[in-house]
Amino acid sequence: MPKQKPEVRRHNFNEVATGYNEEQALAEAARCLQCPQPKCVDGCPVEIEIPVFIKLLKEKKYDEGIRKIKEKNSLPAVCGRVCPQEDQCQKNCVMGKAGEPVSIGRLERFLADCERSNGSQAPDKASPTGKKVGVIGAGPAGLTVAADLVKLGHEVVLFEALHLPGGVLVYGIPEFRLPKSIVRGEAEYVKKLGVDMRLSCLVGRTYTIPELLKTGFDAIFIGSGAGLPQFMGVPGENLGGIYSANEFLIRVNLMRSYDFPEYDTPIRIGKHVAVIGGGNVAMDSARSALRLGAEEVCIVYRRSREELPAREEEIANAEEEGILCKFLAAPVRFIGDEKGCVKAMECICMELGPPDESGRRRPCVVKGSEFVMDVDTVIVAIGRTPNPIIQRTTEGLETTKWGTIVTKDESGKTSLEGVYAGGDVVTGEATVISAMGVGKKAARAIHEYLMNKSN
Amino acid sequence: MRLEAHRMHKIVSKEELAYKIKWFEISTPDIAKKSQPGQFIMLITGEKNERIPLTIAGIDSKKGTISFAFNEVGKTTKELGLLKKGDNLENLLGPLGNPSEIKNFGKILCVGGGVMIAPAYLQAQAFHEAGNDVTAVIGARTKKLLFFEDKMKTLSNKVYVATDDGSQGHQGLGFLKDLLQAEKFDRCVAVGPVVMMKHICDLTKPFGIPTVVLLTPIMVDGMGMCGCCRVSINGQMKFACVDGPEFNGHQVDFQELINRQRMFLPEERLSSLLWEKSG
Repeated sequence: MPKQKPEVRRHNFNEVATGYNEEQALAEAARCLQCPQPKCVDGCPVEIEIPVFIKLLKEKKYDEGIRKIKEKNSLPAVCGRVCPQEDQCQKNCVMGKAGEPVSIGRLERFLADCERSNGSQAPDKASPTGKKVGVIGAGPAGLTVAADLVKLGHEVVLFEALHLPGGVLVYGIPEFRLPKSIVRGEAEYVKKLGVDMRLSCLVGRTYTIPELLKTGFDAIFIGSGAGLPQFMGVPGENLGGIYSANEFLIRVNLMRSYDFPEYDTPIRIGKHVAVIGGGNVAMDSARSALRLGAEEVCIVYRRSREELPAREEEIANAEEEGILCKFLAAPVRFIGDEKGCVKAMECICMELGPPDESGRRRPCVVKGSEFVMDVDTVIVAIGRTPNPIIQRTTEGLETTKWGTIVTKDESGKTSLEGVYAGGDVVTGEATVISAMGVGKKAARAIHEYLMNKSN
Repeated sequence: MRLEAHRMHKIVSKEELAYKIKWFEISTPDIAKKSQPGQFIMLITGEKNERIPLTIAGIDSKKGTISFAFNEVGKTTKELGLLKKGDNLENLLGPLGNPSEIKNFGKILCVGGGVMIAPAYLQAQAFHEAGNDVTAVIGARTKKLLFFEDKMKTLSNKVYVATDDGSQGHQGLGFLKDLLQAEKFDRCVAVGPVVMMKHICDLTKPFGIPTVVLLTPIMVDGMGMCGCCRVSINGQMKFACVDGPEFNGHQVDFQELINRQRMFLPEERLSSLLWEKSG
């Protein structure tokens, strides 16, 4: 896959991977063996008929190809970019047994991008059912549920608290991995399907779920995500120059502070940046910090490289761009200057003990191993938990002690009748595609519920 | 209840309360129905603009309006000040934060400073309606920044005025010490600049008067996502947007809050300057 060179891309926010051209896409598609019993489909959380769309691509029937994908997935341009295909469809690809699997994600992206440059067409809709569904959160789960239900003929209102649709796709994942124009395009498509999108509307505050159910909504899907940042609880964490990864990424992505002062929301980046954590969000934060002009960006992770939860491709990208890593270390306190801004971070070394409940080896403190790093910006990327607003304002909605919503089965059924939930608000922070997969199942269950419900 | 057919929030009246302090009344029935004193809204006027929190300063649920005041200090607020009666705000999110604790405490000292005199009036009004005996203090840097003295007087016959430069009323808030010595208050609520709220809390603490403050640190989303508005309350990290904005003033780490408020000052100045220059 063609990419911008590391020494170039570390200075800009343009997309890193530039995508296949037609010739490359056709060559890659030709590698697909068209297995009679394709294993790749089993690995796809949204059940895309992969060999069928690849065959259409081979035959240069690009319109038909993308329509095939969109039967199952309303956000192909997104998934083609950010899905961990290596752990899903491509992992099962027969070609991978003796070499490289077919690059299914890149082919999906190629078709989606072709369509975007030629303009998309909304498919025919089923006749109206007279049922009305409220979907909360225009992130990957919500957009999927909304698109699937509106196609089945239901009236769908999609509530989004932010001023732009996309959820984590727009506030979390950086431009260089997922251009915002793509997210906008996908959201426009969902609107074109007939979804009534209400931006800047916070369910739990402006309206509550019980109120919506009382006033004409037949079912509700909660896909409000995991938007609350976690902190470490060590001294000095409120010093200036210390951001949660959420704040940092919201400023940079949603508010586009990398274009300050053309865009009004500022971001302050120092020379020496430490990013705490080892997931995709940590990688995204580190690579964004570099692009904002930091001299040195160091990821500080309490386990070793092997346990890094980030996607291998993103770790490789980060390393190529010159991101440093300090493994087996964790901050114990932050030290401020006279203005209350962070100037150093005291860390302690860790060693790996026996595996913990997550199956990864547990990091243990090495006594007396404290050391100090000079830093002027710190980004805390140690995870996010569900936003509590809906849980606090919906009586009878069962939640766990971590604030996630309890669901009864795979369909996302909650403790309240007609109320379903899915995505990060149920599972805790996970991937875009897993949220979409859950969204698909929930949409099916909601459809069934609505069609069986008497008026 | 039904969803508003329109998503626009119309400015139904605009006033200039004092020098560079504007007041908007917004027609937004569904939000007005839910709003309570102490809560705030988030506003963004264009995709390139900042999201800003504004404390609700007026609620008329019958008319379906809320009001807020703002000080034209930076680019965002100066631009906001150019909007006219009849204009629409597309992205108005709210009500956010938890409502203030309003009940009959007895004798209340209600202090408002600067532009936050506006929400302080709403507090005073709510306490008055809840049966409290309200004493009001309004303060500002200088005379031309004062407003709502008359409105406050409709709620209370004890309204004190203070300015930093002494151009009207008392000079500074030092006089409150005598007042606190002379009278016993059951509760104090302070709404205003951080330094003023800190000062009030320092004054009430020795007298053991329970004092609450409304904190509006820098926020990006206003609903718990960014954590930029984190404050230390009794040594514990809280988010002003979802845990507040009302907190026990005697437990707030004000110095930390002051430092955090200054985090983006150079950038804010640059933005404002460039905006002025572009005319």
